[in-house]
Amino acid sequence: MCLAIPSRVVEINAGMATIDVDGVKREASLLLLEDVKIGEYVIVHAGFAIHKIDEKDALESLQCLKKAAALVDQKEEDQ
Amino acid sequence: MPIKHLEEYRDSDLSRQLVEKIKRIRSKKLRLMEVCGTHTVSIFRAGIRSILPDTIKLLSGPGCPVCVTDQREIDAFIELSKIDDVIITTFGDLMRVPGTLASLQKERADGRDIRIVYSAMDAVEIAAKNPNKKVVFPGVGFETTAPTIAAAMISAKKMQLENFFVYSALKLIPPALEALMSMEAVKIDGFILPGHVSVIIGLNGYQPFFDKYKIPCVISGFEPVDILQAIAMLAGQLKTGIPKLENAYVRAVTIAGNRRAQEIMMNVFQPVDVAWRGIGTIPQSGLGIRENYIAHNAEAKFDIKLPDPEDPKGCACGQILIGTRSPLECPLYKNVCTPMDPVGPCMVSSEGACAAYYRYHS
Ligand code: SF4
Repeated sequence: MCLAIPSRVVEINAGMATIDVDGVKREASLLLLEDVKIGEYVIVHAGFAIHKIDEKDALESLQCLKKAAALVDQKEEDQ
Repeated sequence: MPIKHLEEYRDSDLSRQLVEKIKRIRSKKLRLMEVCGTHTVSIFRAGIRSILPDTIKLLSGPGCPVCVTDQREIDAFIELSKIDDVIITTFGDLMRVPGTLASLQKERADGRDIRIVYSAMDAVEIAAKNPNKKVVFPGVGFETTAPTIAAAMISAKKMQLENFFVYSALKLIPPALEALMSMEAVKIDGFILPGHVSVIIGLNGYQPFFDKYKIPCVISGFEPVDILQAIAMLAGQLKTGIPKLENAYVRAVTIAGNRRAQEIMMNVFQPVDVAWRGIGTIPQSGLGIRENYIAHNAEAKFDIKLPDPEDPKGCACGQILIGTRSPLECPLYKNVCTPMDPVGPCMVSSEGACAAYYRYHS
């Protein structure tokens, strides 16, 4: 089953990351992902980090989505 | 600490707006397939089926890895567990899947060494710690899981672990979509494409399929807002009559996907023809282990005798996986077949459509 929630990298040690998913700590291999840094968010599948979430992209797509749904005014989005 | 903005993807106001939008653009009846088992569960958990207009029907697809695994392969895992000195290391979902004669769970109760692991890497570790045993990992899953198993095999090779083996039943999603499109009985107006398969193969992974069939396709994330957005985009495409391959999960899926994972996967595996439960053999839809990893290929290493495969009697999993029947249309659903006492794999796996209906359908 896919773990849908992104996990925060809290520690990196010899190609293994310690990740935090809603307070639960787990290990994830970094063999499938380059350039991961502490503090970044990754998607983890079966013990491997497979994608690094780009905060900027995430925020932009959320804003596009809200605009498309014609819901929130600009001021609220910017905060 | 949850990721910033995650809450917003669960925002019920935004969800409501999206539902309104879908209601405005819906025209005629639409049959949309959510290919991925994790989507099936998210859709139920968020109650999406009940808030959508009646004109939109969601069908669960062949994206539950355990469910589409052919009975022959399930039987092979069970037979392997009976070999002396073998330790089977597996994801938990496989334990209770009924094979023709038994299940891994039953074999474990009979004293076989079968251990549940969270990652293929754990299996490699078990092999390193047990040099006198042969550790077999049943490889079940799609493009998301295949690179993790490939990486574990590469590690085992580097560590010169001669006692680590994989039995590959790994499968690829785009060839399965093609197979669905060519089946007479299957009627689908658009696909909600799996989020984490797409993380690996990217938007590009579906391009050849899309170019061939020109059917609306949208990649979706797993939060309620993600799924509703994907449905709104599909409904929009169907209204304009211009099919597109679109990405509604931009924060996780890129155009090219995870190239490194793709490379690792293709270093170890190559496409082969394999059988899917409910669909039959699909050309080039499986991942076989390449010659240079033959030392870690359980199929080549062990000579096992398989019983004539027999699917569970009366089980409609096959049709459920291609969207031609719903669990509610299976006579065994809920009265004979329950998650406590499952007849078929669609009730065993937490991602299976029958298990999702059982848990969430009132
Ligand atoms: S309810 Fe049970 S028997 Fe019926 S299709 Fe689902 S798994 Fe098979």
